[in-house]
Amino acid sequence: MESTYHLMLVMLVMAVATFLTRALPFVVLSKASDHPLLNYLGHYLPPVLMVLLLVYSFKHEDIMSINFVPELLGLLTTIVLHIVWRQSLVSIMGGTALYMVLVQSGVLVASI
Amino acid sequence: MPVLFGYVPLGVAFGILFADLGYHWLFAGLMGVVVFAGAAQFLAVGLLANQAGLVEIFTATLLLNMRHVFYGLSLLGRLPNKGWQRWYMIFGLTDETYALYTVTNIPAHLDRSQFKLLVTALNQGYWVLGCGLGGWLGGQLSFSTLGMEFALPALFMVLAIEQYKVVRKPLVFILALGIGLGTLLFISREQMLLVACLLALTVLLMSKGVQQWKAPIT
Repeated sequence: MESTYHLMLVMLVMAVATFLTRALPFVVLSKASDHPLLNYLGHYLPPVLMVLLLVYSFKHEDIMSINFVPELLGLLTTIVLHIVWRQSLVSIMGGTALYMVLVQSGVLVASI
Repeated sequence: MPVLFGYVPLGVAFGILFADLGYHWLFAGLMGVVVFAGAAQFLAVGLLANQAGLVEIFTATLLLNMRHVFYGLSLLGRLPNKGWQRWYMIFGLTDETYALYTVTNIPAHLDRSQFKLLVTALNQGYWVLGCGLGGWLGGQLSFSTLGMEFALPALFMVLAIEQYKVVRKPLVFILALGIGLGTLLFISREQMLLVACLLALTVLLMSKGVQQWKAPIT
């Protein structure tokens, strides 16, 4: 089956690309592990990357338009839920559920 | 370790979206085994739907997962040296695994490397379970999955809040948000992640230079 073969190739390609990014620093930089600069980056890069990934996950959206309101409400719900209960699953599912209701019902879609 | 369970529903969400493409649920599970990359697998659903070529898929995965280079950087010297364990942990270094390495308090009865191995293996177990289950459910159910992809940004939001509990410096987050939005709006949508990463790295290195190594950081 051609599509199965293609999917296998896709998986192989993705596995190689993913493993490359994860293994690179260990292969190339394994001698420099105690350097204070690396400790510094190890401390501050993770929060920066999480925020960047959050923004990146909206790269196909028009974040300045009214159509972004469901996303904002979904995020707000996630934040509030997480601050109150601090259960990742509850926060993620709560935000996603609200978002799904909002986009499927279409209540907030701008009528241009 | 309740945060581990977050992987199952996220995997289910992926599996359902993946099954919408018409693939057998076994492939959703298989992808969890061999690729094991949450965000990249969500991205792959979009790329497969658009009949993207292998080169494009390779590039997109590489760029999206380029952040893992920085995870690795911060973990140098903190993984065990034992052969297969080390390589499995490197293979399994996802966003969530990394977040758990940095956030969680380690239970007293486990040593550090045992704990990390366990976290990685449990994470992948939950992920594969979720993917397979979602793929199967997606073939059975017929409700609308529109909007389910919001699980991805919601996950990043949660991880960012968790990071704030560790690094209590609002300025770092505001700066990152500024760089992210700035690159998204003014530079390039497609290259946004790579450009923003490099920019943030530059700013961090410059501020380190300004501090002149005065304040020790831990």
